Amino acid sequence: MAEMAAEGREPEILFWVGCAGSFDARAQKVTKAFCQILDAVGMPFAILGNEEMCTGDPARRAGNEFVFQMLALQNVQTLNGYNVKKIVTACPHCFNTLKNEYPALGGNYEVVHHSQLLQELINTGRIKMQEGGTFKGKKITYHDSCYLGRVNGVYEAPRSVLASLDAQLVEMKRCKTNGLCCGAGGAQMFKEDEPGDKRINLERAEEALGTGATVIAANCPFCLTMMQDGVKAKDKQDDVMVYDLAELIVDSMVKG
Amino acid sequence: MIQQVLFVLIAGASLGYAALQFLKIRRNIKLGKDESISGDTAERWRNVLLVALGQKKMFSRMIPAVLHLFIYVAFVITQVELIEIFVDGITGQHRVFWPPLGGFYTFVISFIEILSVLALVATIAFLARRNILRLARFHKPEMKGWPFKDANYILFLELALIFFIFLMNSADMARHQNEYGFVVSQFLSPILDGTGDGTLHLLERIGWWGHILVVFAFLNYLPISKHLHVILAFPNTYFARLQPRGEMDNMPEVMNEVKNMLGLPVENAGAEVNMDNLEFGANDIFSLSWKNVLDAYSCTECGRCTSVCPANLTGKKLSPRKIVMDIRDRADEIGKKLDSKDVQYAKDKSQALGAANFDDGRSLFDYISREEIHACTTCNACVEACPVLISPLEPILKLRRYEILSLSEGPSEWLPMFNSMENNGAVWAMSVEREAWKSEL
Repeated sequence: MAEMAAEGREPEILFWVGCAGSFDARAQKVTKAFCQILDAVGMPFAILGNEEMCTGDPARRAGNEFVFQMLALQNVQTLNGYNVKKIVTACPHCFNTLKNEYPALGGNYEVVHHSQLLQELINTGRIKMQEGGTFKGKKITYHDSCYLGRVNGVYEAPRSVLASLDAQLVEMKRCKTNGLCCGAGGAQMFKEDEPGDKRINLERAEEALGTGATVIAANCPFCLTMMQDGVKAKDKQDDVMVYDLAELIVDSMVKG
Repeated sequence: MIQQVLFVLIAGASLGYAALQFLKIRRNIKLGKDESISGDTAERWRNVLLVALGQKKMFSRMIPAVLHLFIYVAFVITQVELIEIFVDGITGQHRVFWPPLGGFYTFVISFIEILSVLALVATIAFLARRNILRLARFHKPEMKGWPFKDANYILFLELALIFFIFLMNSADMARHQNEYGFVVSQFLSPILDGTGDGTLHLLERIGWWGHILVVFAFLNYLPISKHLHVILAFPNTYFARLQPRGEMDNMPEVMNEVKNMLGLPVENAGAEVNMDNLEFGANDIFSLSWKNVLDAYSCTECGRCTSVCPANLTGKKLSPRKIVMDIRDRADEIGKKLDSKDVQYAKDKSQALGAANFDDGRSLFDYISREEIHACTTCNACVEACPVLISPLEPILKLRRYEILSLSEGPSEWLPMFNSMENNGAVWAMSVEREAWKSEL
C-alpha cells in the first residue's frame, strides 16, 4: 500500500490479510491462492503489509477493550490515512470487526468477505471455470463460519461459489442459521477448552464426515484449523480434505 | 348479590396485589443501567408483530411450535370470554352477551371451545414431553427444583382452566336444553342428563368461579414464574437491539483513554474521566443494562439456546439459559433485599437503603462461575435460537469485560495473546515479518 500511495495510485481494493493469513502456515496458502485469483482476473489490489495489525477481535471478545482499542484505533488511522474505501478479507472475524465495529471508531469502509468478491467475479465472468475441473462431481460439504453466517447473514455467496465447481454440495444437518461453531470463536482459539466431554471441533468434524463428503469447504482460517484437527482426530485426513473457498476456486479456474 | 360483592372483592384484591408485584418487577428491571434504545420504530413493531405475536422464531421447531400455538391462541381468544365473565361477575347477570349476539355468541364460544380442546391436547403433550419423554433440554442442571416444578404448575393450572370452562358450559347447556348450541359441550352435556336443576346450577357456578379464580391465581403467579413471558415477550421483542449482531458496544471511556495514549484527538476532550474509579463491564444487575434484566424476566426457560450452544453440547458447564436465569434470580434477590429496607444491605449504613446505596457483598459472580463465561465461543447460536429475542451473549461478554478490565483476571493463556497483540500487533508473537508470505508467491 505504501508503495502504491507513493506512486500516487489508488488500488481498486485493499486485501486485509489478517494475522492467520499472514503467519499461520495453513492460512498462508489461502492468502496466496486468493492473491493468485486477483492477479489472474487483473484486479489491482494492495495490502498493508507490516502496517496491518490484528483487528482486535479476539481481545475484544475476551473482554480486553484496551488492547482492542489500541489496535483498532491504529488500524483506523492507517486505513483512513491511505483513503481506503473498499476492503476484502478472507477472515470472517476481521470482516465482522472491520465492517461492524470500526465505524464507531471513525473507520467507515465498504467491507466484503472474499466469498462475496469471488461470487461477484464468477457472476460477472471475470473468473472462468475450467470444463471438468478438479472437483467436478465430488461431494463437498460446506461449513458455515459463525461470523460470516449467523452473525452477518452471508449464506448464499459461499454456496454460489461452490456451485461453480460443478460439485455435489451436501449440507450438514446443522447448517446456515443453525450451523455449529467450530469451537475457535470468542478467543477460544487462544486458550485451552474448559472442562467438558468433547472438543467442539470434533463434534463438528464428525458431522461433516457423516455427510460422506470428500471435501469440507470453509471460509475462515480458524475453522480451517479446527476442522482439519477434527478430521485428523478421526484419522480421516487421507480421505477428506479441508479447503478454503479460494483454494477450491484457484484449482478449478482458467488461468492466464 | 353475595356473589357479586364477593367477585368485586376478590377481583379487586387479586388485581391490586398483582399490580404491586408487577411494579416490583418493573423496579427490578430498572435496577439495570440506562441504555438508550435507538433505531427504527417501524422495525421494532415489525419484531413485535412477527416474533411475539406471530411466533415466527418458534417455528424453527415444528412440533413444539404447533403445540405452543394451540395454547397461545386459546389463551388470547379466551380473553374475550373473560370480558363477559367480568361483566357477569360485577352485574350479577348470566351470559350477558347471549341475548344481543345470539348466533354470533354461539360461534365465538364454540370457537373458544375448539381452541380449548386443542390447548388440552397441547398441555397433555407438553406434560408428557417434560415428565415422560423427559426431553434433554428440560432436564439440564439449572432446571432442577423450582424451575421444573414451575413448568408443571403452569401446565396443571392450564388443565384446571380448561376443566372449569367445560364444566361451566356443559352444565349450562344441560340446564337450558342445549339452546346455546356450543360445539364441544353439546357432546359433554348428555353426561349430566337426569341431574336436577339445582345441581346443574351449582355445577355451572363451580365452573364459573373455578375458572375465574384460576385466572386470578395465574395472574398472581406470573410474577414469580417463567410464565411471565406471556406479557414480557412483547416489550422484549420491541426493545430488542437492532444493531448488527457482530457489533459489541463501544466503550467510549476506554477509547478516549487509548486515544490520549496514542496522541490522537479526543472529541469532548474537556470531560476528563478518572479512570481509576471506573468499573468496566458488569458484575451485577446494577452494571448490566435494564434491557439485559428485561431479557431475564422475559425468559420462559425453554432451553432452545442451551440446546444449540456448542459449549453445552460438548459437556461444558456453560448454559446460556442458566446465565439468563441467574440474572433474574439475582435481580429478584436484590429486589427482596431492597424491600426488606434492612440497613445491613446498605453501602453507606448511615443512609437509607436504596438502589444507589446497596451492597450486600454479593454479585453475579456468586451465581455464574468463571468457567461458564470462559467457555463461550460467541457463536451467536443462542441469540439466533431465542423465540423472544433475548441475548444471553451480551451479559456473558459484559462479565468477561469486568473480569479482564476491572479485576485484571481471566484465563492465563490469554495473557500471551494480549501481550503479543499489544507489542507485535498480531495474535501470535512471530519473529518473521507480516508480509513474509509474499516472497513465496
